[in-house]
Amino acid sequence: MEIIGSRRKSFLSPASDAAPTIPIYRSAPELEVRLEDFELYAVHRLRVLKGISDALSRGKKPNEMENVVKELLKVHMSHPEASQVMSKDIISHFVLRLVYCREEELRKWFLSMETTLFRYRFLLETSEAQIALMAEFDLPYKIITNAEYENLKDKLNKVARSMNSSADTIYYKAPFEKVPDLVARREVFIMKGYAYVARSQVVSLLVTHYRSHLSKALILTNRKWTSMIREQEKDRLTPIVEALSTSYLGPDYSQPKDFGEISLRDIDQIARSSFPLCMRYLFEKIKEDHHLKHGGRMQLGLFLKGVGLKLDDALAFWKSEFSKKVGAERFDKEYAYGIRHNYGKEGKRTSANILLDNPCRNFEKLSREENLRAALNNMGVANRALEDVMDKVRNKHYQLACTLTFEAVHGASCDQGINHPNQYYSDSKTILESRVYYMKKNLREICRGAIRAPLPIMPKLLHFP
Amino acid sequence: MVREEAENTREDMVIDGVENGHKPNYEIPDEFNSNYLKTYYDKFFPFAEMFKWMSYGNDRKHPGCDASYFGRREFSFTLENDIYMRFQSFNKAEELEKAIKYQCPFKIDIGPVYSVDPKKRNSYAQSGDNVFRPVERELVFDIDISDYDDVRFCCKGADVCSACWPLMTVAIKIIDTALREDFGFNHILWVYSGRRGVHCWVCDGKARWLDDGQRAAIVNYLHIHKGNEHSIKKVTLVGQTFHPFMGRSAEVVKEFFEEKFVLNQNLFSDEDRYEKILEMIPDESITSELRGKWQDKKRSRDDINVVRWGQLKHLLQSGKQKMLGVRRCVEEIMFTFTYPRLDLEVSKHMNHLLKAPFCIHPKTGRVCVPFDPKHCEDFDPSSVPTLSRVSSHNLQLLEELNMRPLGSGGEINLENTSLGESYRYFKSSFLQPLLKSCKEDIENAHAAKVQQSSNSLSW
Repeated sequence: MEIIGSRRKSFLSPASDAAPTIPIYRSAPELEVRLEDFELYAVHRLRVLKGISDALSRGKKPNEMENVVKELLKVHMSHPEASQVMSKDIISHFVLRLVYCREEELRKWFLSMETTLFRYRFLLETSEAQIALMAEFDLPYKIITNAEYENLKDKLNKVARSMNSSADTIYYKAPFEKVPDLVARREVFIMKGYAYVARSQVVSLLVTHYRSHLSKALILTNRKWTSMIREQEKDRLTPIVEALSTSYLGPDYSQPKDFGEISLRDIDQIARSSFPLCMRYLFEKIKEDHHLKHGGRMQLGLFLKGVGLKLDDALAFWKSEFSKKVGAERFDKEYAYGIRHNYGKEGKRTSANILLDNPCRNFEKLSREENLRAALNNMGVANRALEDVMDKVRNKHYQLACTLTFEAVHGASCDQGINHPNQYYSDSKTILESRVYYMKKNLREICRGAIRAPLPIMPKLLHFP
Repeated sequence: MVREEAENTREDMVIDGVENGHKPNYEIPDEFNSNYLKTYYDKFFPFAEMFKWMSYGNDRKHPGCDASYFGRREFSFTLENDIYMRFQSFNKAEELEKAIKYQCPFKIDIGPVYSVDPKKRNSYAQSGDNVFRPVERELVFDIDISDYDDVRFCCKGADVCSACWPLMTVAIKIIDTALREDFGFNHILWVYSGRRGVHCWVCDGKARWLDDGQRAAIVNYLHIHKGNEHSIKKVTLVGQTFHPFMGRSAEVVKEFFEEKFVLNQNLFSDEDRYEKILEMIPDESITSELRGKWQDKKRSRDDINVVRWGQLKHLLQSGKQKMLGVRRCVEEIMFTFTYPRLDLEVSKHMNHLLKAPFCIHPKTGRVCVPFDPKHCEDFDPSSVPTLSRVSSHNLQLLEELNMRPLGSGGEINLENTSLGESYRYFKSSFLQPLLKSCKEDIENAHAAKVQQSSNSLSW
């Protein structure tokens, strides 16, 4: 792996005043990594990206985002040895590239979060460091000449005043496509296809380049992953990488949690492990269609409330799904009321409960569509247990079918039966939590004993473009 | 069934009439039907030009041309009884022509150019990894007069008249200027949608290659309306001054609003209407002062709308009003009423379909004609050529066909029909310059490629 000398030095040398403190991850570094750090660093960076994703879905404003990112970096990306901070940053980024390169949806999420992270890290830098970073990017755009500036001064100042900001005197000229965010907010002067980007807005240009580089790199990494790495590393890294992505929204046990509350970022994981089939069905339906009919909204909404999703998070969850289909505006107008209603914030009712007119009726719905087998299989119900459940369904004993499903999924008996979706959930959680404790303990011991020796894996493995 | 047969017989007679050169002395039945459409596709529809356009210069023998280009474009047909045929694709002009003449679609839509032939999309779907995806698409805009229903009082829904159509003119002027001056596009086609609006096709290479994010950016740049149908004031303008684009648009909006729209729509003539406007003013004392003035109906020699708009402006912008928000309100009112209202989703995504020019609108029988945005004030939707007679002053293509002199043969020269003007504009003002620049683009790209490979050979 040959890397252009100067560039590599500049981001691997210890942080001096002039050297930029944000790596731009052009090529994978030649660093040795302990296997446990490989995973640990990735998890830490994932927490940062999750934090960003959460903040965005809560609609944090740009100035608030700066603080969010600053705080997340401080909490998760520090390292006891100052000299290792940069290595940790770089290693964690490249590990997550491997984890997130493998599917379109994963790539999209990673790209968007890493780009956001980069944007706010850049804005947090001193202007000297910013200039150094810009030099490193080596953008193909020129600063406009004095004559050109004088010519356009009026218009440029107008744009600045229209944003109530002070006027700049240094402008870069770039095709308008390179600064879509500025164009969208009408924060830049454009003429004949060129945008005149003020020095203070240059982060937009860098972000575009950073994003397009990373996007291409992820595609190439994916190719390498499928053609080589997955097979070569099948005994060592592949299991780690695959586990990292499936637990990617996993609950964060290290954070203190109020009893009986769940956070938005855990919801996918919890749905997979502890939702009864009827709610899983609705949950997957909304993820797929970004829409649910009134009855479905009511059922899932009240269920989630019972599970411990707070009103703000519930609104954020429904909005993020629905706005993909009907747009944020229509959501606010037509659907937000119903969500608040579920929480007793609208209308007469102070609290509402799931109507149990026909419990577990989604069994019926699914069986009609002949999807029940697949859905159960998906939950891990197979063979004998699957046939037992199907038998109950055929005889229209939906609640018994639900109970049997619970037992098959959890490998534990449930003598009192399942009578309510929220009961299914809380029983499931009780079982899983006791189990996680033991698993974590075991795992820690295995790791300690078995794979402690440092392994020179980076240079061999990470031939990233 | 009986009725259909009756129409068929009459239709046959028309065709006979043409072929025998008899001058028909009977009326063509007014209603739109598929037999008329067949004749239209047979005699009028400009297949050759549509193919040229959609090929973007790739239909030549030059080594830089991409022979698969046209074949990867999606066409979609809507047949009678709302049967949709999506993902149609054709390799040659003749195939397209044959299919349209055979299917006789009520509507032809044009979609994006895909990475692979859209007909074979299913065989690629199995391979996963998103092989079948849109790679190129004109930047398109769709503006419908029905989106202005809360600010026009002459018509509702799909209806349009000479009092509200000028809203379209304003939209065309503002959007067209921004596309050319700001974004630097040159090859822009405006088409009447056949009933209640206009479509815009931006065909520059740079526009066709935009990704969805960049399309959304352009749309947001042009889009200023916020809020929903319940909020009265839809535009909020902030900042000490206007962005140059907004400043330029404000001039167009102001001229139109003050000189035409206030009068056309009688905006201040009765309480219902002016109350709507007063609600947009944030200052209670001003609204009650104006309300007081307007309640007693003093006779005036000047138009009541003009007088009241003048009073409102004077109060809001007089020296006393220091608050920018209050002064801005005048512009906000004008923008709310007359600034272009775009169908955002159509423009944001590459894979949206848009009706092809030169289709016939099945409800109005009007041809979706291209027109010159430089003279958009002169465009009158009610005088657009129609397939069959809609009203006495409409031009009727079928009648023209029947009126042709004896022995003029099977082919009709579009230039000599009432479609002539639109056709000539499409061909010489849009298509010719477009193909010229496509040719240059292809040749330059090819030359660069050759240069590059010869460089690497010399290593």
